[in-house]
Amino acid sequence: MLAKRIIPCLDVKDGTTVKGVNFVNLKFAGDPVELGKRYSDEGADELVFLDITASFEGRKTFVDMVRRVAENVSIPFTVGGGIGSIEDVEKLLEAGADKVSVNSSAINNPQLIDDIARHFGNQVCVAAIDARNVDGDWLCYEKGGRVPTSRHLFEWAHEAQERGAGEVLFTSMDHDGVKHGFACEAIAQLHDLLDIPVIASGGCGAKEHFLDVFKSGQADAALAASVFHFGEIAIPDLKEYLADNGVTVRKIKVQ
Amino acid sequence: MFSVLCALRRIGADSVITDNPEEIAAADKVIFPGVGEASTAMRYLTEHRLDELIKGLRQPVLGICIGLQLLCRSSEEGNTKCIGIFDVDVKRFDNKEKPELKIPQMGWNTIEVKPNRLIEPKLDGSYVYFVHSYYAPLSKYTIAVTDYIQPYSAALHRDNFFATQFHPEKSGSVGEIILKKFMEL
Repeated sequence: MLAKRIIPCLDVKDGTTVKGVNFVNLKFAGDPVELGKRYSDEGADELVFLDITASFEGRKTFVDMVRRVAENVSIPFTVGGGIGSIEDVEKLLEAGADKVSVNSSAINNPQLIDDIARHFGNQVCVAAIDARNVDGDWLCYEKGGRVPTSRHLFEWAHEAQERGAGEVLFTSMDHDGVKHGFACEAIAQLHDLLDIPVIASGGCGAKEHFLDVFKSGQADAALAASVFHFGEIAIPDLKEYLADNGVTVRKIKVQ
Repeated sequence: MFSVLCALRRIGADSVITDNPEEIAAADKVIFPGVGEASTAMRYLTEHRLDELIKGLRQPVLGICIGLQLLCRSSEEGNTKCIGIFDVDVKRFDNKEKPELKIPQMGWNTIEVKPNRLIEPKLDGSYVYFVHSYYAPLSKYTIAVTDYIQPYSAALHRDNFFATQFHPEKSGSVGEIILKKFMEL
């Protein structure tokens, strides 16, 4: 059976992981490639690297990092942050990324999703959507969640699918950082609405939250950052727990 | 394709990306990843006469993903006549009966391994990484089976031709074991 995926997300600025890492073995802190490799060895199913650099120099460093990830990590990985053109995508795929995620740029120029899908295949394009529940209505935000848009979550997610996105990565800004669990109701609605896989993000603080998002949210994958970076949840324990509770997860049988 | 190159480098194998017939014919091993859509990929191969070249190869050949599908007789994708090493017709997944199973299949699924020279018995039940909307039905060439909507061929073998529907280059340590084995054939 197809396994539910666990995806650690790494924010990268000027070539280093930004959110603090609190591993016992501190030599892993900072280098996104080392950290990614460690997660992969622990059983992460995919990785996401988000470039939060603004400068041109930082962007070049990011492409170099992508190349090093591709050379050292043997599971699929997605890269995102500031991707606005086919040329950007080409550079990252040539460096070895498997997928790219587009967010603000796709909201402002939806045609970008069609173009990525046509050039490189649907599976390459992940539509990342940040949304917040405003009086019962899920509104999309851009620029890292700072600027509200006129787009609504469900309508935009569906359009992204129709334009050729291979997956939707939905972050609930209301839940993000609060650690009280994922936005399971909205995630379940996305699951019912879409034919493509849904990656849930934002709000995870405990193993039970993953169970909840897979069971009641019916998410295909769940993404988290700090619970992994700060060692609050270890991936092997999490997978053991999910398997014990009837969720199909990939366990590493042979090393 | 770059990820295949990286995976080979990780297991210590030298490789080049090429469509040069002499270079392909002279290689010890040939890996045929195949990219994109079947009819476009097939047109490229016939225009460059690579379909005939691949058919005539005598060294171990490994098709990956679309590479597996192009080594079959035909594909429903773009109604494509393929290379025809395996007498198998590739079909599109149909989830009418199981709408909860999405197309493409994207992610990690298990393989049931049959006796063969590429995938060791210890890998039976292991998870490998798939991204595909089309599949090769079970046949006498099937050496590994995966269940998605129905059981289908996760890997095929005939003579010197091997093929995996999954991506060994993205399948962690399991994929590396398979690639290593291929390099030792």
